Amino acid sequence: MTHDSTTTNVLLSGVGGQGVILASYVLSQAAMAEGFDVKQSEVHGMSQRGGSVVSHLRFGARVASPIVSMGTADLLLSFEPLEALRYQHWLRPGGLLIYNAIKVNPSTVAAGLATYPDDIDARISAAWPNSRKVDATSLAEQAGTAKAANMVLVGAISSRLPFADDTWRAIIAKVVPPKTVEANMRAFELGRNA
Amino acid sequence: MKDILSGNEAIARGAWEAGVRLAAAYPGTPSTEILQNIADYKEIASQWSPNEKVATEVALGASIAGARSMAVMKHVGVNVAADPLFTASYTGVGGGFVLVTADDPAMHSSQNEQDNRNYARFAKIPMFEPSDSQEAKDLVKTAFEISEEFDTPVLFRTTTRISHSKSIVELGERVELPALTTLQKDVPKYTMLPGFAKLKHPKVEQRIVDLKERAETLPVNRIEMGDPAVGIIATGTVYQYAREAFPQASFLKLGMTYPLPRRMIEEFRSKVERLYVVEELDPFLEEMIYLMDVKIDGGKNLFSLCGELDPGALARGLTAGGATGAEPSLLVEPAVEAAGLPQRPPTFCPGCSHRGIFTVLKKLNVFVSGDIGCYTLGALPPISAMHACVCMGAGIGMAHGIARVMDAEGDIKNKAVAVIGDSTFFHSGVTGLMDTIWNRGASVTIILDNRTTAMTGGQQNPGSGNTLDGEPASMVDLPKLVEALGVRRVAHIDPYDLAQTERVIREELDASEPSVIIATAPCVLEFRIKNEPWTIDEELCTGCKRCLRVGCIALNLVEEGETKLVEIDPIQCNGCGVCAQMCKLDAILAPEPVKA
Repeated sequence: MTHDSTTTNVLLSGVGGQGVILASYVLSQAAMAEGFDVKQSEVHGMSQRGGSVVSHLRFGARVASPIVSMGTADLLLSFEPLEALRYQHWLRPGGLLIYNAIKVNPSTVAAGLATYPDDIDARISAAWPNSRKVDATSLAEQAGTAKAANMVLVGAISSRLPFADDTWRAIIAKVVPPKTVEANMRAFELGRNA
Repeated sequence: MKDILSGNEAIARGAWEAGVRLAAAYPGTPSTEILQNIADYKEIASQWSPNEKVATEVALGASIAGARSMAVMKHVGVNVAADPLFTASYTGVGGGFVLVTADDPAMHSSQNEQDNRNYARFAKIPMFEPSDSQEAKDLVKTAFEISEEFDTPVLFRTTTRISHSKSIVELGERVELPALTTLQKDVPKYTMLPGFAKLKHPKVEQRIVDLKERAETLPVNRIEMGDPAVGIIATGTVYQYAREAFPQASFLKLGMTYPLPRRMIEEFRSKVERLYVVEELDPFLEEMIYLMDVKIDGGKNLFSLCGELDPGALARGLTAGGATGAEPSLLVEPAVEAAGLPQRPPTFCPGCSHRGIFTVLKKLNVFVSGDIGCYTLGALPPISAMHACVCMGAGIGMAHGIARVMDAEGDIKNKAVAVIGDSTFFHSGVTGLMDTIWNRGASVTIILDNRTTAMTGGQQNPGSGNTLDGEPASMVDLPKLVEALGVRRVAHIDPYDLAQTERVIREELDASEPSVIIATAPCVLEFRIKNEPWTIDEELCTGCKRCLRVGCIALNLVEEGETKLVEIDPIQCNGCGVCAQMCKLDAILAPEPVKA
């Protein structure tokens, strides 16, 4: 664990519109339901327009700071490979990186002003040998809708967090649109077993 | 009952629990969700106002009538509201009156990072700063009590990290206050003619003296003794960072940060060996403590005046200043961010109506005097076609000023065009346009009317035809409004039609009198507009990259050996066809019409 043995630090990164904020909400509700103190911090505003999005989540017996300091994250859950690379230095030595395989081009690449790196997997596995890549979009499609990719990723991180299976399911059922509960549950399940 | 609330949700809840009857605001990150959440409490009359000055005046009126009231805005909004605020300091209040300022250290979504704590001292009113959501909720109630006890407006200051961080809050019940039946009239109290205001000023000064005394006993200011080797004075989110960085240290935790409790600070000084003051942005607390002749061992000499702090920065900064006991893991200098990665700045959404306008403005190479909104993103590559942006409504006046001094006869690149959104125009663009007309200007103003306040998440405005609570309302008629100001040339364009947009802008630039071009196209994000995607004819596309100039993330250049080809992501593409109008080879194809 990190500097404070009672606190777990999680960072979530991705692209505006990918569901990073909803996933953070599920994680924080699960932490509270399990009796932990929890704080979560994110930046809205301009980041909604396809920009890089990051969310900090900390839970433990008693949490002071709502933000995770660089180099102290136990877990980094990234919704996009480039955003995994961008925030990898937030992990502590030995921290776990879980990232989505599907790329989303930044506007700078779309405009031909920059090139999307083609060596992200190699760089990540060199720096973080126990990182895990999840094909969240394919698994979500398998679950019924590509939009549930964020719940696949929640599933993927769920097995690394000390919360009961029922806790996760109860919260997901509450936060996703009623018509999509089944697909999101399947997505969570696929992620949990991925 | 408890829930996880953001600071903004907690402030809204606190307003409800405090018995607030009216809340008014203009949206602005990071403050916007406060009023959006207040709107869910039906006991509170809540409304967006055209700008922060009006919101403050509406709230002040409700206070004069005896209601607890709140005005909410982002930090720069207080600049707009400063006029009523400073004199409300003289009138005092009827019902409690709290003005919430949401500051944005690090400028996550702002044009500057002014430290609005200075407004408390400047306007001579008390100020509160919460350090998490529970405190945010509780302090709102304290703020209303102090407002009424001392007959003063209260400044309630939050920052992005308080407003947009969530933590667990214990929920309470609403205080039921008596109904308001009689409107009290008190000429000397509320009518600030010089004769009455002169009587008020000494009372304002005495109020600060009395508040200093009250600050000594308010439970929101407290000494938390730990190891006496290091004492830290802090408030807001920085208090939490300091607790994280120096868990064993002693703290003077301030919930009320203006005026300060002198005796409590002196007592704390006497109890600790080394004393530090930590704060983001200005040395606001430090300067006041310095004037008390209390010696500190470190403050802003250890930290930047710019940007945010975090636990690591605090641990390293105070350790450099001689403090012991920092969390070892936070002392490690963090690894540098991976260099050379493509940036991912925010950008116009696929299908956004601003893309076409800015593509044309870039081609015309005029000076674009811009404003605050999503369209400010037109300043970023690859479009890079906004050349100034200062504050809400500024673009029209600046374009007029440029035109008054530039000899731009005939040369389009030396002409200025003002570009402003509908909500920003209503906020404070109208007076700029009035000035242009009155003072015989000839500049072109383009109003991007997307029917909403888009950048902050789609709030209603005076042109929406409905209010915050969704009730139908009178709608400002933009063409009639600008005609009433004296504009004779009012043109309408379809911003998705590049040829028409270019022709009209050229015509208006050539005219010798001021003109307004209105581009009406609803925000695709707010109104959930989704059109069929366009496709690439792979036989025709040569990968020339002309279409990429529109800066759309649905487009992607694929290079395989000698072959270059643009692809369109069918999920991202919103079928606006702007890229197709850039293509000289007709290689971008419209979707097949759906057969009936």
